[in-house]
Amino acid sequence: MSAPHTQTTKSSAELDRTASWYEASARTRVRLLLDPGSVVEFIGPEKREVSPHLKLFDLPEQFDDGIVVGRGRLDGSPVFVAAQEGRFMGGAFGEVHGAKLTGLLRAARDIGSVPVLILFDTGGVRLQEANAGELAIAEIMRAVIEARTAGVKVIGLIGGRAGCYGGGGLIAGCCSALAVSEQGRISVSGPEVIETNRGVEEFDSRDRALVWRTMGGKHRRLLGGAEVFVDDTIQDFRDAALELLSSIRAFGIDTLRAEQSRLEDRLQRFGACPDAVDIWTAEGIPDAVSIPALPADQFIALADKVRRSSRDAR
Amino acid sequence: MTLDDILASLFPDGHDVKNSGGVLSGSGALRSGGRALVIGVADRTALGVDEAIRLSNYVLASLENGNAPILVLADSDSQRMSKRDELLGLNEFLAHLAKSLIYADMRGRPAIGLLYGHSAAGALLATALATRVLVGLPSADPAVMDLPSMARVTKLSIEVLQEKAKSTPVFAPGLRNLAQTGAVHLTWDETVPLAEQLDSLLANMPDARDRRDALGVERGGRPKAYAIAERVRELALQAL
Repeated sequence: MSAPHTQTTKSSAELDRTASWYEASARTRVRLLLDPGSVVEFIGPEKREVSPHLKLFDLPEQFDDGIVVGRGRLDGSPVFVAAQEGRFMGGAFGEVHGAKLTGLLRAARDIGSVPVLILFDTGGVRLQEANAGELAIAEIMRAVIEARTAGVKVIGLIGGRAGCYGGGGLIAGCCSALAVSEQGRISVSGPEVIETNRGVEEFDSRDRALVWRTMGGKHRRLLGGAEVFVDDTIQDFRDAALELLSSIRAFGIDTLRAEQSRLEDRLQRFGACPDAVDIWTAEGIPDAVSIPALPADQFIALADKVRRSSRDAR
Repeated sequence: MTLDDILASLFPDGHDVKNSGGVLSGSGALRSGGRALVIGVADRTALGVDEAIRLSNYVLASLENGNAPILVLADSDSQRMSKRDELLGLNEFLAHLAKSLIYADMRGRPAIGLLYGHSAAGALLATALATRVLVGLPSADPAVMDLPSMARVTKLSIEVLQEKAKSTPVFAPGLRNLAQTGAVHLTWDETVPLAEQLDSLLANMPDARDRRDALGVERGGRPKAYAIAERVRELALQAL
């Protein structure tokens, strides 16, 4: 009697994983990404550890400060997981939000063998607690490097509504590898910030096509800024996480030297390109203007053909 | 103090630090022997892909040469805000610089930041905040974001923000406010030769463990970060 039941559970989990990553909440992403029933959250919302600073601005608090951290299993193996909630203050890093991720990474460093999955969905520093948020990001970056030096694989999954901006982009750049969907924009300065500071001639933030092709997942994949491009489903992110976990090598001085060469090479080849389409053309892609409209499966086939990924050079 | 004054005061026995387009590189003779690697950003230059790749190159190239400290001087703008920099993957360049500094620090090249002017946002993260010990000079003027921009985002007037800044250091620009969170370890005295203060720091260099959250509790600028991080760490360790 148990076999049909297991079968039903499995297929229902798979069915649930056809859900859009972009549309899902942080908690739903974590629950469906990992093995059914395996997730245990640390300092969950029932502990009500809220931001000590938002009161000052008469802003609503959230009982988890916009991030879920915990452990679970991925295909039977233990993993640590952190997921930002882009719908609470744009997933921004505040004091408590950031400290949860720092603590998780330090535990991973101490253990040395359990990987960490970071589900980014963030606009960067939470300005109402800017100093605490900025320092939290600096601590997280250091904790990522300490964990990786201790042998931990740290994977970033990026496809949420807030994208991965500001200090979030720097943390992503510290990870062992990244999987990104088309919606998963990765950038330091956001479109509005560039426009505000440099003018609409420099960057028109209302030109959504420009935003996607400059910061979106397809460009990041073709440029080598992300290892894997995935379609916007939870199953695709799960498959990508498993694939990356099986292929990442150790981090050390050779990784950093390889990254130095990889980035120098990028500047040399594409430094004078005015637009993403010029980069894709220089990369040898015929009909580069059609890239933004390509369906995910066709894009993945194309990207795998034309561009090596940045594996072992991040 | 000007950059030249600072370098002269740090290295009375000589230095060969060059400023090329706002990117600093070179070395300085330590009174305790050996030469410190010196890198940094000067003249309130924005940190873009072209600057960052040169800085990371200096750090990585120096890793073969012994165990002398790395000094990271900062008087920068924020990250360069441009289409070109983001198109080329600025987040990777800034992360790579931070990684190189942190890795060097962990591998026996203690990294010391010296914030002597402005710095902000991504530039601060990739330079001064990617060190083991961050020193401020009284002239330092860091800001995660300036108050006018913050006023736009928070939809509060600058006057209201200035009033709030008096009761809480957590969002307001300035060295003291950043120091209260634990980001800046100590502030040097400009009236005393910087070489003496550097000697004393090098003689009492803390180990490479990140204690900035504990410092933030002591100073009252970040009441919860240390306890939350420790609780999560312990729960995670118990879970396995």
